[in-house]
Amino acid sequence: MQDRPTASELLQAVGEFLEHDVLSAVEGRVAFLTKVAMNVVATVRRELELGVQHDTAQRERLVALFNRDGTTAELERELAAAIRSGALTDRQHAAAVAHVTATVREKLEVANPKYLSQ
Amino acid sequence: MATPVAASMSRALRHAFGSEVSVDSFRRVSGGASRETWLFDAHVGDESYPLVLRRDPGASAGHTERSTEFQLLAAAASAGVPVPTVRVLLEPDDGLGVGFIMDRVDGETIPRKILRDDTFANARPRLAAQCGAILGAIHSVPLHTLPSLATQGATTQLHQYRAILDTFGEPHAAFELGLRWMEERAAGLPSGPSHVGLVHGDFRNGNFIVGPDGIRAVLDWELAHLGDPIEDLGWLCVRAWRFGNTANAVGGFGTIPSLLDAYEAAGGRRPSDDELRFWIALGTLKWGVICLVQAFTHLNGLVRSVELAAIGRRVGENEWDLLNLINGEW
Repeated sequence: MQDRPTASELLQAVGEFLEHDVLSAVEGRVAFLTKVAMNVVATVRRELELGVQHDTAQRERLVALFNRDGTTAELERELAAAIRSGALTDRQHAAAVAHVTATVREKLEVANPKYLSQ
Repeated sequence: MATPVAASMSRALRHAFGSEVSVDSFRRVSGGASRETWLFDAHVGDESYPLVLRRDPGASAGHTERSTEFQLLAAAASAGVPVPTVRVLLEPDDGLGVGFIMDRVDGETIPRKILRDDTFANARPRLAAQCGAILGAIHSVPLHTLPSLATQGATTQLHQYRAILDTFGEPHAAFELGLRWMEERAAGLPSGPSHVGLVHGDFRNGNFIVGPDGIRAVLDWELAHLGDPIEDLGWLCVRAWRFGNTANAVGGFGTIPSLLDAYEAAGGRRPSDDELRFWIALGTLKWGVICLVQAFTHLNGLVRSVELAAIGRRVGENEWDLLNLINGEW
């Protein structure tokens, strides 16, 4: 266990530095890229907060869908291949749509939560 | 990239203007590394002309050649499509690369300004209908007036984008669902020679020059091809081009009925909702795959950039849009 600041608190400090010190000192393309970097910092902070819970939920849904154990990466790969080949039963296809929708929602909760409500 | 040689530019322009021309004020507009756009001014006697040079120092695959773009702009202009007037096609003797020189049209191209600035308040309610009318004109360009263009129908494009997706070796279950949904429907789209037309290929908010009066010119014809004209209507409605104005399905500024009414009035064939949905879905997939390509341009070390890296996390937006489209939303 590390001392405080936590990883998220450190990133928050970097984000505040970009916003309060850098952004006001630059313009044009560098100002644009500073805003991009601020968004990246915010994304990583949300991933630190939500990532473990999302990964667990994703894996549980995949295990239920295929009725077998495996890593998230392995099962997600199997799912993509099964959708492509048409190997899923109707019941599995419905579960796959629900799982994929939930997974993409989780991606956006990390990358761009505003997108879900716009 | 070096600034174009002024003496060569003057020589290339002398024929078009029929007298001595001097040029100055060159500035490069951001764009692809292999494709250049330069703004500059030409002076003939007391008159000044704001002009644009578009050129490729080398050949680039997957895009139409500059000389093709030159012929295309001429054909589009003859059919009443608002495009910048092309002055000169560069000749090898000019020593300026492959390209052409066209008039610079005054106005705004940045989507967020077009969608939010007061300057365009009166133009905005008219833009969707204007897009419909312009697309009607583009799609009625007689094919015999066109340079040689590739034919890219729905099935070709589905294969093409699946192949690109596969090069990354990453599972994208949402794209697989979307591809499957589109593959099941592609064969049911209207087909046959009467359904083939000139497709602009990148007709969207961001590629229009807009003034307080509306769209003044349509730019970026480099993805033009022959195909199903409804592709252009679908691409225009992809959510990425709404720039946050999600409720306005057409470019963030208008509605689908106003687009389609004007398209039909300009001689276009009104697509069914299912057809339009297919093409919005394909456009959404294409943009998602392009975002992946950009992220891997960074990851592979070709161009290291925080901007490109961040785009990798925008793929999910396209996946979300694609799932919503196949679920019946716009």
